[in-house]
Amino acid sequence: MAVGKKDIECPPYAEGTPLSDADINDKKVTYVEDHPDIRYSWTAGQAISKFLNGLKEGKILGVKCNKCGRTMVPPRMFCELCYKPIDGWVELKDTGTVETFSISYIDPDARPLPEPVIVAVISIDGASPHMGIMHILGEIKPEDVYIGMKVKAVWKGEEEREGAITDIKYWKPLEG
Amino acid sequence: MVMEVEKISGLKFHKKQDVAIVGAGMTTFKRRLNETGRELSYLAVKQALEEAGITIDNVEMVVMGSAPDTFDGFHMKGEYLLDGAGGSDRPYMRVFVGGGTGVFAPIAGYWHVASGLADICLVVCEEKMSSTHPHPQSAFKYIWDPILDRPLKPNLIWIFALEMRRYMHVHNIKHEDIALVSVKNKANALDHPCAQVAERITVEDVLNSEPMALPVRRLDVSPPSDGAAALIMVAPHIARQLTDNPVWVTGVGWALDTTWWTNRDLYFPRYVAEAAKMAYRQAHITDPRKEIDVAEPYDPFDYKELHHMEGLGLAKKGEAPILTREGVTQRDGDLPTCPSGGLLGVGNPISAAMGVKACELYWQLAYRAGKRQVAKEVTTGVCQAWGDLMQVGTVMVMSNKR
Repeated sequence: MAVGKKDIECPPYAEGTPLSDADINDKKVTYVEDHPDIRYSWTAGQAISKFLNGLKEGKILGVKCNKCGRTMVPPRMFCELCYKPIDGWVELKDTGTVETFSISYIDPDARPLPEPVIVAVISIDGASPHMGIMHILGEIKPEDVYIGMKVKAVWKGEEEREGAITDIKYWKPLEG
Repeated sequence: MVMEVEKISGLKFHKKQDVAIVGAGMTTFKRRLNETGRELSYLAVKQALEEAGITIDNVEMVVMGSAPDTFDGFHMKGEYLLDGAGGSDRPYMRVFVGGGTGVFAPIAGYWHVASGLADICLVVCEEKMSSTHPHPQSAFKYIWDPILDRPLKPNLIWIFALEMRRYMHVHNIKHEDIALVSVKNKANALDHPCAQVAERITVEDVLNSEPMALPVRRLDVSPPSDGAAALIMVAPHIARQLTDNPVWVTGVGWALDTTWWTNRDLYFPRYVAEAAKMAYRQAHITDPRKEIDVAEPYDPFDYKELHHMEGLGLAKKGEAPILTREGVTQRDGDLPTCPSGGLLGVGNPISAAMGVKACELYWQLAYRAGKRQVAKEVTTGVCQAWGDLMQVGTVMVMSNKR
């Protein structure tokens, strides 16, 4: 085997041909385009189906594990820590605490939003500490949100609910 | 009868032989490159072979690292990249743990050589994010839980913003202190020939940059990039033939925390701490703060460098911003951190970030980093990556002493 280059600064050179947006937009480089259109239907499974059906009835459901003592949400059919089936279902409150939050100015495609959205991890009252779900905050100005703030779910009307996470429209500050 | 088993079983790992790194290479990192993934892989491998002084015929096995297929819009990405990675007609595998791949792929290369299955293993990482339109973010939509998360129309940045806010809250950290990381890494990248966003900026520039998902602003974030990187890992008897100064892989570790990420306290990266514990035990490191001379923690966001320093035990919980403010993490500091310029300065082609993590650490310990070489004498260093749904830590410890 030959001996390689030893007294060198690495990387010794930088290869690759940078392109600008204009190179693509003005078709200065050769490329092809495709728009895959694949449809999916995801079954929600045993635990999340029950959770979504609970939301349709205006209830937040959690599960309990008697071994580690945790009350968990979102619910699951097995406790991932004890690796055993859960021991039962409990109805949790529709109030909770902001664990952390963000004020988002971008949509899922990184395009600017007309109005910022406030997203939070909300730990649900009745579940174990830090057992949260991700959801949206409303009826509050971005500058007034703080970690530790108590919030309450604002539900869609009964006839509008369809068994989806969006059956809760958003969470608003809990007065008093 | 229940056997007593330690949670991290790194010390039970018995290797057939030590593993040395003798060559590395990388392409330029840019927002959009004309070359295909195969061509980028070829360019990175060519450079690594040149440094090592071997040809592709000497390579016995190949490990490929590449992140979501969604960027490319087709499956069998490992197979697509095969020929560019020099993997045809030899044992070849692709590994993938999201952003953690950039250190996980060299860990998989380590398995190949340490086990004795191969004496020369080539590790290649490639990412071409620019194929996704209108923005690579559109591909990241598909990491979210389709039933519980996606109806809320999330952007990937959300989870980082939520984690950053929690970290700042628990330790009472100011955004100014976090922004110093972006300032440092983008300046370090001025000395990197492959850098995409190297520039001299100020803390004010970061704080006044465009809001994305507050607290995250534009200059808190690394850019999407195209690029590739390669590493050559060999057995001791091969290393001896090729060089007087190999760099040894002395410890590897990896761990994942629960996918129920809204159930974790996000202020501390437990998955990195577990992975580091495993790697340090194998490398016989008991006090990382004193024994690690140079570090390349994963820095896709400025707060993540701090978060990961704490997970790696290089700083106490909440202490990393203080060390940064005091200049400890500068290239001439006591613990140079991201001397490459990191993802914040050089660019973030997901798995190919190996070029500024594992490859950079190798070059630093081989004293081949040129203008980026840290001021202090170095013996031992650590590199780390992170990914999936903020849940995987991948850690590798290297040393220029065996």
